[in-house]
Amino acid sequence: MSAHGGGQAGALAAMLDRFCPMHLVIGPTGKILHAGPTLARIIAPEAIMGARFLEVFEITRPRGVQDAGGLRALDGVRLRLRMRAHPRYALKGQLCAVPPDDSGAGPGPMVVNLAFGISLVDAVRDFGLTGADFAVTDLATEMLYLLEAKTVAMEESRRLNHRLEGARQAAQEQALTDTLTGLRNRRAFETVLARAVQGQTAFALLLLDLDFFKRVNDTHGHAAGDLVLGVAARRMLSAVRVQDIVARVGGDEFALLLPGMETATAVNTVARRLIAGLEEPISDGVRHYRISASIGATLSRDHPGAPPEAIMDAADRALYAAKAAGRGCHRLHRPEDDTPTAAGCPPQGGVCAQGAAMRSR
Amino acid sequence: MNGLINRAIECFVRDSYGDALWQEVTEALGIDETAFEPLMPCDPEVTARLVAALSARFGREAADLLEDLGTYLVTQPRSEVIRRLLRFGGVDFAEFLESLEDIPDRARLAMSDFDLPAINLHMEGAGLYRVEIGRTARAGLWFGPVLLGVLRAMADDYGALVLLDYRGCDASREIIEVHLLDEAHASGRDFDLATAGTAR
Repeated sequence: MSAHGGGQAGALAAMLDRFCPMHLVIGPTGKILHAGPTLARIIAPEAIMGARFLEVFEITRPRGVQDAGGLRALDGVRLRLRMRAHPRYALKGQLCAVPPDDSGAGPGPMVVNLAFGISLVDAVRDFGLTGADFAVTDLATEMLYLLEAKTVAMEESRRLNHRLEGARQAAQEQALTDTLTGLRNRRAFETVLARAVQGQTAFALLLLDLDFFKRVNDTHGHAAGDLVLGVAARRMLSAVRVQDIVARVGGDEFALLLPGMETATAVNTVARRLIAGLEEPISDGVRHYRISASIGATLSRDHPGAPPEAIMDAADRALYAAKAAGRGCHRLHRPEDDTPTAAGCPPQGGVCAQGAAMRSR
Repeated sequence: MNGLINRAIECFVRDSYGDALWQEVTEALGIDETAFEPLMPCDPEVTARLVAALSARFGREAADLLEDLGTYLVTQPRSEVIRRLLRFGGVDFAEFLESLEDIPDRARLAMSDFDLPAINLHMEGAGLYRVEIGRTARAGLWFGPVLLGVLRAMADDYGALVLLDYRGCDASREIIEVHLLDEAHASGRDFDLATAGTAR
């Protein structure tokens, strides 16, 4: 690696090698005389011995160092450097100009001690450095340890967050979903309605009660009732658009929020389609069940500035009127007389003729 | 810290004895799965019950199980990180032994609530060490047997030939005797300071 002198000078050089394994000794003319053992592992000594320091290293801070005189002037300054052959590793260092010896023969040598700063991890990996390549007092190993330990802890924390987020979403989904039908539940619907009332988009609110559901439930049992509810939910979903919200707000009571729907004609069309879909027989493979539905609807544009409860109330009154008109009817709440209009009861002979048993709401 | 300890025990039992047995034991104890969340706190009492139940189920001394756990933690590929973090302690086994006293501090650096008992190393003579581990009820288990397993596995890792002896405990500490016979008995496993995982 170098030609250490004997005696005290040799001992000092060996000490430097031990304490500062990444140091360089530079001659008065700026040529490299010696490289510490770790540096010599990184840069082949034969390639740099005798080379000019500034040809092997680029000093990036301070700039503009051109020659040996400039180097000497850096005595004590905090340096940033790069190896020209490996520019990606940022080095930091400090230079110490050794005073000339007593013989008075011109300037003495210079010693530069180098260290990998934040590029330590890359350098250790790329140059295969080991604990023995660092001075005993160097914190490089501790830094690598800490980095690795923290990486593991962070990764574990990330995983935990991921799991918790999944659990949170599932819990929220569960809290807002009716488990039997997979539709939103009343709580979710209240949120949706409150948001829609706050928003700018007009919407239609429909309240739908299944007709004859109680009969199915009472006659054929809860399993049949559950089946009917599930099928009814799917049919309602397929009768509306993707952006429409369908919620089960009671045993056989449903609520629908249809954003952007603002004419009586459009609402009537949807209501007819819903009722027609629900009146299709439902089969469990053995029996056929027949139900129908009553719908009360209202348009948000008829309730400017009204709270969600008032809009619900209007739809509820319309539903009441629909039921009064017989099964399978729908009514739209009309604001001018606050009396529901006869919007579309099926012609006589249909389920309407069977009369309506009013249910108190 | 006990979430992490419980999780370590879970991995050890699942890998060594199978998932079915693990389920059997934890279900019988009625332990909630959050007890095995590494970053979550957990009552040490759960760990104590778990160790006792496993010991009873396998008909083995708890100390034997815990020693196996220690060895497992160092040798399993999926807990490679533990071996790596321990290997940062020294370039050879003797230096590693000297770093044992730092383990509680190092563990705290990695996870601030990781509260391992104090470890003291005493040189008894050439190649003869006495490791004293503070006794604590805080963790729900004794660390001495776990450390014994860890030392056994780490000696292999460094390629050192050692005799290890768990000398039992008194009121305040557990004692392990280490006789380092041959530092470079075998070639040991490689250790790179930086891994592809940490250096990007």
